[in-house]
Amino acid sequence: MSLTLVQGAYIVAALLFILALAGLSKHESARMGNRYGIFGMAIALIVTIIAATGGVNGVGESNDIDGSGLVGLGLIAAAMAIGAAIGIWRARSVEMTGMPELIAMLHSFVGLAAVLVGWNSSYETDVPYPGIHDGEVFVGVFIGAVTLTGSIVAYLKLAGKINSAPRMLPAHNAVNLGIILVFFGMTAAYIMVPRDDMLLRQSLLGVMTVLALFLGWHLVSSIGGGDMPVVVSMLNSYSGWAAAAAGFLLSNDLLIITGALVGSSGAYLSYIMCRAMNRSFISVIAGGFGVEAGTVAGDTDYGEHREITAEGAAEMLADAHEVLITPGYGMAVAQAQYPVAELTRQLRERGVNVRFGIHPVAGRLPGHMNVLLAEAKVPYDIVLEMDEINEDFPDTDVVLVIGANDTVNPAAIDEPSSPIGGMPVLHVWEAKNVIVFKRSMATGYAGVQNPLFFKENSQMLFGDAKDRVEDIIKAL
Amino acid sequence: MRIGIPRESKPGERRVAATPKTVEQVIKLGYTVTLEPGAGDGASFDDAAFVAAGADIGDAWSADILMKINAPTDAEIERLHDGQFLMSLLAPALNPDLVARLQAKGVTAMAMDAVPRISRAQALDVLSSMANIAGYRAVIEAANEFGSLFTGQVTAAGKVPPAKVLVIGAGVAGLAAIGTANSLGAIVRAFDARPEVAEQVESMGAEFLRIDVEETGPSATGYAKEMGEDFNRKAAQLYAEQAKDVDIVITTALIPGKPAPRLLTEEMVASMKPGSVVVDMAAANGGNVAGSRADERVVTPNGVIILGYTDLPGRLPTQASQLFGTNLVNLLKLATPDKDGEFVLNLDDEVIRGMTVCTGGDLLWPPPPISVTAAPVQQAPPPPPEPPKPPMSDAKKLGLMGAAAAVFLLLSAFSPEPFLGHFMVFALAVVIGFYVIGNVHHALHTPLMSVTNAISGIILVGALLQVGHEDLWVSVLAFIAILVASINVFGGFTVTARMLQMFRREDAR
Repeated sequence: MSLTLVQGAYIVAALLFILALAGLSKHESARMGNRYGIFGMAIALIVTIIAATGGVNGVGESNDIDGSGLVGLGLIAAAMAIGAAIGIWRARSVEMTGMPELIAMLHSFVGLAAVLVGWNSSYETDVPYPGIHDGEVFVGVFIGAVTLTGSIVAYLKLAGKINSAPRMLPAHNAVNLGIILVFFGMTAAYIMVPRDDMLLRQSLLGVMTVLALFLGWHLVSSIGGGDMPVVVSMLNSYSGWAAAAAGFLLSNDLLIITGALVGSSGAYLSYIMCRAMNRSFISVIAGGFGVEAGTVAGDTDYGEHREITAEGAAEMLADAHEVLITPGYGMAVAQAQYPVAELTRQLRERGVNVRFGIHPVAGRLPGHMNVLLAEAKVPYDIVLEMDEINEDFPDTDVVLVIGANDTVNPAAIDEPSSPIGGMPVLHVWEAKNVIVFKRSMATGYAGVQNPLFFKENSQMLFGDAKDRVEDIIKAL
Repeated sequence: MRIGIPRESKPGERRVAATPKTVEQVIKLGYTVTLEPGAGDGASFDDAAFVAAGADIGDAWSADILMKINAPTDAEIERLHDGQFLMSLLAPALNPDLVARLQAKGVTAMAMDAVPRISRAQALDVLSSMANIAGYRAVIEAANEFGSLFTGQVTAAGKVPPAKVLVIGAGVAGLAAIGTANSLGAIVRAFDARPEVAEQVESMGAEFLRIDVEETGPSATGYAKEMGEDFNRKAAQLYAEQAKDVDIVITTALIPGKPAPRLLTEEMVASMKPGSVVVDMAAANGGNVAGSRADERVVTPNGVIILGYTDLPGRLPTQASQLFGTNLVNLLKLATPDKDGEFVLNLDDEVIRGMTVCTGGDLLWPPPPISVTAAPVQQAPPPPPEPPKPPMSDAKKLGLMGAAAAVFLLLSAFSPEPFLGHFMVFALAVVIGFYVIGNVHHALHTPLMSVTNAISGIILVGALLQVGHEDLWVSVLAFIAILVASINVFGGFTVTARMLQMFRREDAR
């Protein structure tokens, strides 16, 4: 196969990927976008497999590359078949509530692949610009390794396999910075070590890999579970940079373009989310944000909360004209999206205008709530964003807060010293009545008490969100 | 312990301190209830209904706990005995004689109208619950006297103008009056010395009238306080202007422990249109309006009707009894932690302490002050808001960019040509990624993330080219890389397709 044909195929694939991302920005074009992505990927893979197994005819004899032949094809087919089987099986069986974990896990695979590709390239002896190549190997492995362990920690935290509270070493900023400085030093050393000193070179690379793995673990460990949406999107960005670094390493423009696309889009997505949480973008990238949290006004007495029964809530809903539902992670945990959708349907049939208000960081993944509601067949045009809905609260008769806490906390506005002070929140307390579905009076992820629960217009409905919503449906 | 519910002796009083519903709740707390025969007649609860709820009919005055609406008369105080509990309206600040007599009797007297204004105590505050009813009734009384409609209409027989209602004092009663007048269709305006209630007023559907003065901080007790000279002058000016314009005025201004402030002077009343109605809800405490007399309907020479009824809640006896009774049940709940029918007088609880006027011959009035609004506690100086970083000046931006460009040029001078070629592709792709994602719909963040994840599985291409290398290790590593990257590619696209399948519009049903 000729080299130009391969490159042409890569250009087509790259354009299809751009179309895929562009398509995903609107509901109407989203499915087409996904198809563009699949199509682009298919072209890229088929051409690469033919080139890798059959060899490439470059311009002039010296640029020819031998293919790996049937052995290579066999290996590729086997590896891809296994990978595809696992991937499709996981994708089909995953619960929509488990989406954050799945995506975090997938990120770790890209990281792992980047580390492996980097290590493989380090064995190459015949390269035109050894210095540049060595540098690229180091950068590629470094980013890949950080993505790998970072994603694994994120996965474990999201899956509840380890405690999601932030854990950090003393002087964690110094540790992070130190590792990065050491990384630069080692890169320089690696470039200068003569290429025939294989042992020294590989041990340098090995030590650096271990350090990077530690850095990834450490960065994500120091971030609390409540900030996971940003972390997942940040790791998404890292996985893109890892692919781009591999592209430089292999002089492969397709990898560079795709990696850069994913990297910059992921970074921008993280930035949007940081803004939604009033966090500094830089401190997120550096890990361990939320460190400079202010004093926790833990002992403030907010008074007593009031409880309501499911029947009382049903009565209130039946008499309402405008109802807003603000779900949070608790809805996902309780798997309450189906009863909530059913409740919405019944109320709408009675002529009650039911809408949803979604905080940008509700759940553990950007857009997590939207996916759950879509799964339960809630039409997406009644699911609105925080900025679209915040002005409507004063005209709302009843707000149902289902498993949300920090995202509806008035302390974010009233108490500037609170750890969540300044974060934009849903102004649910401006509505005439607020019913809060909650298991107990425990605090949310930010660990701050929520004055909303003690407001005069709010009432608590304790218990499992799913059971309680079903009780309301029964009472209706 | 036994609870007694006596008949109210005050003339015209139709309320009762318990209803069959609240009796049930009280019995659940472990108490027994004795009702004086016919106590509930005025509020349309007959004895049989109380018996059905579990009460006995008999001598209520000998019970351990006496629950009443109005303060006991002198004759009634004689019937009390040492160690008895009494819960009723007492107005201890205005009635020192009554308090002294109760103290001498050795009873434990709890004033239902002296509940501290903290959120926790809201459930037992009869002032709130009665004021709510009174505000509603005030509008009904006004409508009854008013010779026209509240709501505006355009009919074949001509246009009916809507009534204009001014409510002064936006406490519980004022807000209830605003809501009622508004739902009858009137144009409602309201004024209060506390500008912070403007939002509540507007939420009830009234226009909040403002005057500009500097003072008026939120009051620490939750009630309005007496205002300064400047304020009073400007407010009077406002009332004078409004009096000429409105049809109905409802005044609710009360300052605890002081006579009611005089809001409308004789001249203002005289300037009102004939047939206008003024409801003075503070008539019992001296009145807000010149010429109002407690419990009387007064017609001024120019035909303005001034109502000074002090029994407004009592004019809705059924519901008022229910709310009053529920307030009492909530007090019992607070003081019966074990639900064993034993009333525990815990004077460490600031709610109980605030209500208790005297016990065992000791005078406990007035209670130590408690601050209601948490504001003073939080007054620790709020950290000065960080000045927003001024956006970088254009010159600075240009300078920084120039410096960055120079550094890059220097580096590129020492870089090999193919590297720069790749870098160009890289830089452009970064910019495209940024713009393509710019206006993504929020709801699509998750699918977007999973599709970018699938796409970043393109690293598979790198691994494909390395498999089958002569070195066994390289092949093995590449094999693993292909495997994991394939999981990504196939899993990512499949899960994205699955998610997108679920997003749909309502009309696509």
